[in-house]
Amino acid sequence: MVTVPDLVTPTWEYAPAPEARDIVTIRPSYGLFIDGQFVDPRDGSTFKTVNPATEEVLAEVAAAGPNDVDAAVAAARRAQRSWARLSGGERAKYLYRIARTIQERSRELAVLESIDNGKPIKETRDVDLPLVAAHFFYYAGWADKLDYAGFGPDPKPVGVCGQVIPWNFPLLMLAWKIAPALAAGNTVVLKPAETTPLTALLFAEICQQVDLPPGVVNIVTGAGETGALVVEHPGVDKVAFTGSTEVGKLIQRRLAGTGKKLSLELGGKAANVLFEDAPVDQAVEGIVNGIFFNQGHVCCAGSRLLVQESVHDTVIAKLKRRLGTLRLGDPLDKNTDIGAINSSAQLARITELVTAGEEEGATKWQPACDLPSTGYWFAPTIFTGVGQSSRIAREEIFGPVLSVLTFRTPEEAVAKANNTPYGLSAGVWTEKGSRILWMANRLRAGVVWANTFNRFDPTSPFGGYKESGFGREGGRHGLGPYLQGSH
Amino acid sequence: MARLDVRKTYKLYVGGAFPRSESGRSYEVTDSKGAFLANAAWASRKDTRDAVVAARSALGGWSGATAYNRGQVLYRVAEMLEGRRDQFAAGVAAAEGLASRAADRIVGLAIDRWVWYAGWSDKIAQIDGSSNPVAGPYFNFSVPEPTGVVAVIAPQASSLLGLVSVVAPVVVSGNTAVVVASERRPLPAVSLSEVLATSDVPGGVVNVLTGYVGELAPVLAAHLDVNAIDGTGVVDRALAASLEVEAAENVKRVVPAPRHEPDWTEPADPRRILSFCEIKTVWHPTGV
Repeated sequence: MVTVPDLVTPTWEYAPAPEARDIVTIRPSYGLFIDGQFVDPRDGSTFKTVNPATEEVLAEVAAAGPNDVDAAVAAARRAQRSWARLSGGERAKYLYRIARTIQERSRELAVLESIDNGKPIKETRDVDLPLVAAHFFYYAGWADKLDYAGFGPDPKPVGVCGQVIPWNFPLLMLAWKIAPALAAGNTVVLKPAETTPLTALLFAEICQQVDLPPGVVNIVTGAGETGALVVEHPGVDKVAFTGSTEVGKLIQRRLAGTGKKLSLELGGKAANVLFEDAPVDQAVEGIVNGIFFNQGHVCCAGSRLLVQESVHDTVIAKLKRRLGTLRLGDPLDKNTDIGAINSSAQLARITELVTAGEEEGATKWQPACDLPSTGYWFAPTIFTGVGQSSRIAREEIFGPVLSVLTFRTPEEAVAKANNTPYGLSAGVWTEKGSRILWMANRLRAGVVWANTFNRFDPTSPFGGYKESGFGREGGRHGLGPYLQGSH
Repeated sequence: MARLDVRKTYKLYVGGAFPRSESGRSYEVTDSKGAFLANAAWASRKDTRDAVVAARSALGGWSGATAYNRGQVLYRVAEMLEGRRDQFAAGVAAAEGLASRAADRIVGLAIDRWVWYAGWSDKIAQIDGSSNPVAGPYFNFSVPEPTGVVAVIAPQASSLLGLVSVVAPVVVSGNTAVVVASERRPLPAVSLSEVLATSDVPGGVVNVLTGYVGELAPVLAAHLDVNAIDGTGVVDRALAASLEVEAAENVKRVVPAPRHEPDWTEPADPRRILSFCEIKTVWHPTGV
């Protein structure tokens, strides 16, 4: 019987601490950003983007149709030659300008991201926006150093890039796509996710502010149909996609035989492996960060906790106590830890898988937690007693749901961790250095966090093994997908 | 009276053994002028799946070997090939219709290509790995690792040099390979298998099938235990596209079929090794 000492500290209520929303002006409607201008769709339609925390309609946004995508690709094509001929140093200065302007307007962007996405302001302010600016700074510096990047003599851009990004880190994924593409001399047509178009459109305004040549960046909003138009457009030379493995496979099939270059950053079902000698309190923080950061809307989330049998009960008890302190609610409140689920569709997906978990016999636990009456919310959830064959151990939930499994030996931990078609990330918690390296060597995943989790940096390559995709974003390796003849 | 020579039976190379096709089939291989050379094994879909199993079984040991060791083994292949240079020159001359001098030059280049790739085994991580200066108290490094089991559709025209130029870059990093040899010129590939079998290359690291690309390649492209496919030897454009469609089922890494077969006498590029590597990045906090 394991007991966790009661904290004899009094409970203090938090007063509301909302971030001011009036720093952002949201226009009633937005056009497409093509050839340096906001334009009305030619043959598209419009859709509404809502605040997932309140279900309030934020703005009407254009859904680009075939002629709109044609126009965007044509603008990118016209711009590409002169952009690539510009000296690397001049391209670098544009990217530095973008980075600086993002820093200057970071509070505005952070608030807008929280409103449109539902993620806590604490995360947009302290994680997303600093990383976005840093990413542009990092790749700005490569633009005039490509000859030394190790991709052969005189590396050449691929051309026009069609980029489709997800809703979980809208602006950060934009930065991951646009910064290396532009640094290498490509131009882009980017489609933001349907539920989170607003920060990309504010980014378009930043492109205008920094006098980026028209057509270098084009942003076409819309749903999956618009994304399909972008990736299948014959004028696109390279496709970069971040999103689900299902859609990634569809894109890989559609591009078969076209000769287009492709990079995919897809789903994950990461194992977070906790050995009995790990510093438990530190590990519990890492587990919480691993799965409840960004409501679990993270492709590399540590969604499978593999805990050594001998410490299972202690870890679970501490984990439950920690979850009891997480604050769920208004994303703009500076004390909020868990914000809104991004959409009703995603909420339905999470609910379906959690129901499946219960039906398959796992034990569900949630802390006492009041959910707001409007908006899309899901309480942080832990499943114990999860079998390897259970859907909640195999399928990506993309929500605040942790599946706990156990192991006895390091070999068993490796076998279970790798028992998935995914291979994006993994975590290891142990005090023993040689064991960390032994594990890191055997885990089939593109990122291994040892005694930490969910760390990101523009210098650090990110991307998956197996069905989590191919190609890397970040670091020197992140240039390869945007240069001819490299990976 | 002239002595009657002893002819060789050309078989498959799977898991370090030389089986005939389980189907019992063979097909006639001729020289460039149409004269009979041999009956080669006509591999079946079952042979192909067996080869994948052999390649998967060999992966742990080969990828777990030290880079130095893999380099030594690949260099050993070059040594063995050098000793059988005349045999290979005759084989290439017959398969490709080359004069003996030209064929001898090709064999020399093929030997040298093994040597070149052998040297990369313990260097590729040093040109493609990195220590990453992240903005925080972490040690962070990236290393290339083998992607796993790789299907290789070998070039159709260049039966030996082309073959070596696509197989060596796959296995040098620790991958294992299932190779479909040139359809009409498969005999040098079978002879190369005999060299591999006597060069300390563990069984299953390279598996060589002879037969029809249109029959075998789709099995490999669709196989869920194959991690990557090199379509360099696929000539039929429609087949090449359909292989890419099949490959998407488990998000295989694909080296697409080129428009024209490359000139293999040109220098090789280490990026071919990296086409079959994954980059792994490891983070650890620093502190006392």
